[in-house]
Amino acid sequence: MSNENLVHVTIDGCEVCAPAGETILHAALRANIQIPRLCALGNDAGVGMCRVCVVEVKGQDALVTACNTPVAEGMEISTHGERVEASRRMSLSLILAEHGLNSTNYCFSCRKNGDCQLQAVCNALGVTEPAYPIPAQDKPHRDSNPFLEFDPNLCIRCQRCVVACNERACNHTLHTAKRGARLTIEAPFGPDWDTTGCESCGCCAAACPTGALIEKRRATYRSWEVEPTLTTCPHCGVGCQLELLVKDNRVVDTRAYHGASNKGLLCVKGRSASFDFVRSGDRLTTPLIKNHDTGEFEPASWDDALDLVARRFTELREEYGGEALAAFACSRSTDEDIYMLEKMARTAFHTNNVDNCARV
Amino acid sequence: MTNTIEDITTAADVIMLIGSNPEEAHPVMGMQMRQAVEHGTKLIVVDPRDIGLSAQADIHLKLKPGTNVAFANGMMHVIIERGLMDRDFIATRTEGYDDLAKLVADYTPERVAKICNIDERDLVAAAELYARAGAAAIVYCLGVAEHSTGTDGVKSLSNLAMLTGNYGKPGCGVNPLRGQNNVQGACDMGAQPNTLPGYQKLSDPAVRAKFSEAWMAPISEHEGLKSTEVMNAAAKGEVKGLFIFGEDPMRTDPDIGHVAHALSTLDFLVVDELFLTETAKMADVVLPGRAYAEKEGVFTNTERRVQRVRKAVEANPGTRDDIWIFTEIMRRMGYDQPHLTSAQVMDEMASLTPSYAGMSHARLDTEELRGRGLQWPCPAPDHPGTPILHVGKFSRGTGLFAPAAYRPSAELPDGEFPLVMMTGRVLAQYNACAMTGRTEGCNEIVGESFIEMNVADAAARGIADGDAVLVTSRRGQIRSRAHVSQKTNAGETWMPFHFQDGNANVLTSDALDPTCKVPEYKVCAIEVAKA
Repeated sequence: MSNENLVHVTIDGCEVCAPAGETILHAALRANIQIPRLCALGNDAGVGMCRVCVVEVKGQDALVTACNTPVAEGMEISTHGERVEASRRMSLSLILAEHGLNSTNYCFSCRKNGDCQLQAVCNALGVTEPAYPIPAQDKPHRDSNPFLEFDPNLCIRCQRCVVACNERACNHTLHTAKRGARLTIEAPFGPDWDTTGCESCGCCAAACPTGALIEKRRATYRSWEVEPTLTTCPHCGVGCQLELLVKDNRVVDTRAYHGASNKGLLCVKGRSASFDFVRSGDRLTTPLIKNHDTGEFEPASWDDALDLVARRFTELREEYGGEALAAFACSRSTDEDIYMLEKMARTAFHTNNVDNCARV
Repeated sequence: MTNTIEDITTAADVIMLIGSNPEEAHPVMGMQMRQAVEHGTKLIVVDPRDIGLSAQADIHLKLKPGTNVAFANGMMHVIIERGLMDRDFIATRTEGYDDLAKLVADYTPERVAKICNIDERDLVAAAELYARAGAAAIVYCLGVAEHSTGTDGVKSLSNLAMLTGNYGKPGCGVNPLRGQNNVQGACDMGAQPNTLPGYQKLSDPAVRAKFSEAWMAPISEHEGLKSTEVMNAAAKGEVKGLFIFGEDPMRTDPDIGHVAHALSTLDFLVVDELFLTETAKMADVVLPGRAYAEKEGVFTNTERRVQRVRKAVEANPGTRDDIWIFTEIMRRMGYDQPHLTSAQVMDEMASLTPSYAGMSHARLDTEELRGRGLQWPCPAPDHPGTPILHVGKFSRGTGLFAPAAYRPSAELPDGEFPLVMMTGRVLAQYNACAMTGRTEGCNEIVGESFIEMNVADAAARGIADGDAVLVTSRRGQIRSRAHVSQKTNAGETWMPFHFQDGNANVLTSDALDPTCKVPEYKVCAIEVAKA
């Protein structure tokens, strides 16, 4: 980056060098200065909708939204202070007034309770009760998609889901309708969901800061009950990084991780179909030996099963040579498993008849 | 892949996608390709079907299945004729150019357009777009590989990239999207009949000596059989004992009637599985193994990126770690294999595999590599890994052009079976549905066998969209449901191979590529009739 493209600003008294065009929010984040916000998603500029990220710029009368105001040479920015915080509290109060708190009994029945960024920001800024009467809301949910649902009563119109669908997943099936204070989110989860082109990837739900747009899996756990384990998706070769969320030794959901190959994205298989099979009721839980008189499998001990396997393979190897034996590895399993299977074929079976399902 | 997903989707001026439908088979790659196109990357789609990305493509060459080699040769013909090749790259980094130029001289646009059933102007436009790009990436998948001419198809794409200097820099290369999560790793680990870990050649006596010494066991010098050949040998009684780890050839191999015969002819079949699959049902002994969420290890993704798999839950105590199972069998067969943890197995493998030598669980678990892993070759513990292959020089020194002539597919349509059938994947399911089929929502999205056919073929047979149909090939017959559209050209059909209620692999041909013995899943001859 050449020097001409850098601008110099101060944020809360710290001198910060930022590329021209960068938002105040991202310049501040790079300088480890946090600014509360709801509508900005990751590295994208926000839409200036929530107005929680307002900051004061010396010489400007009005507060500006940090998420979509670019830095300019010599700006002196203050991210806190009485005026800024009063404005943020007012913005939050207005958001809360439309958040449909009555529909969740003031968060009690909301599935995002405890994992809600609106709740967190309100707590951080001391907004502990609504400042205005909460009108009763009872807009119908859209919940025909098997994995995702939208509760418009809880939507705060931040449009993070719109950015996720249109600029990240680039699926373009989730849109806004109307404008300004009447803006609504058109989530494609109505009765005609299967004709919309929605890929059910759930990137929108992962972006939603409230309980408005959620994975239905959320019904099976509360956020504080789960422990994450970072791992690699078991489906295709992209190798998306994801966290398995575990409650009571059962994987109940996933969370996308910003890995090098997936950049925080997941598809429907990775997000929603990478773990049910692990605890499926039809998992095999004991070795089985076929009774050749009945043709039926009978449960066996590990010792009996392994002795039979070793004895029969040894007999065949000794009678016909290692070339009469073969082993296939599983391309869904780990490198370590596959290495050991291949070693077993060569050292114990005495054969190079070993392959994997790359060909088929 | 020679390059990374990141550089292909951010640094390429042109992406040529051939025989690949990443929006369904590699969806997160598909999302990043859509981002690239929306940010201005030009896209050429070469595919017999209208896939989602063909609607966003600058050029869609809807070529006849099985004609990739002719297509690539036609591209090179145009590039050479118009002088668009990278002469410096050819002179300094390659050999065999004259042989290539001689072969492709016959592939005029007129001739190729006829073979491929495309408009020759589109071929010329695609060649211009690809060759004039500063960086152009080829991304391909099984639509190139799964042919009886698959090896030739891959070589031809490599020729095309070398001809235009598209190797060894960001945004270019020849990039296969590996189908399954760890198919790259399975090949890397030497689960192949002719290579030991890290593609060290079995035919090399020094390699055999190295492994014999490390493993303290003789390594047979006889090259083994590939999986598709094992099935044939089993059917003939030459292979008598088979150990299958987590694979379900009764669902996923071509010509399932033949597979059933082969497996039932075996003297002894052992299957290590999570579920009682169609293949496991045929076993003499079934051993219950463990799922990825129940074990430690690594997967190697399509970018050669080695990433950690971590144990999230405790497995049912009736199951066993697969490493433990293999170790016990080795010990009981007289090979003194000590019990090792997954991390120790990786250390042993890395000590014998130069391209993995710098990797270990401990290193992959560092904060710096969290969510990133390491891309091989990574020959030393302080080596940062290799995102892009062939920078400066090819692994063999100079790149050798390997010209290949077009050959038709093994089974062509005829009077009795007049339609071509291709197979592939859909977004919400995976392979035999062993994993995705146990998530009810996926079955709700798509849970039944179907066949896509062209409106003209459907009309000629009195078939309407949604009708139940019988699909027949020389190998068998199944019931399915017709999806009638213009997605495939007239004379061509397409089926997903996921669904047991009408499994496409009952029909597919076991014609094999002569080099790598991959079956021709993408072309077989069928007939469709109203059920």
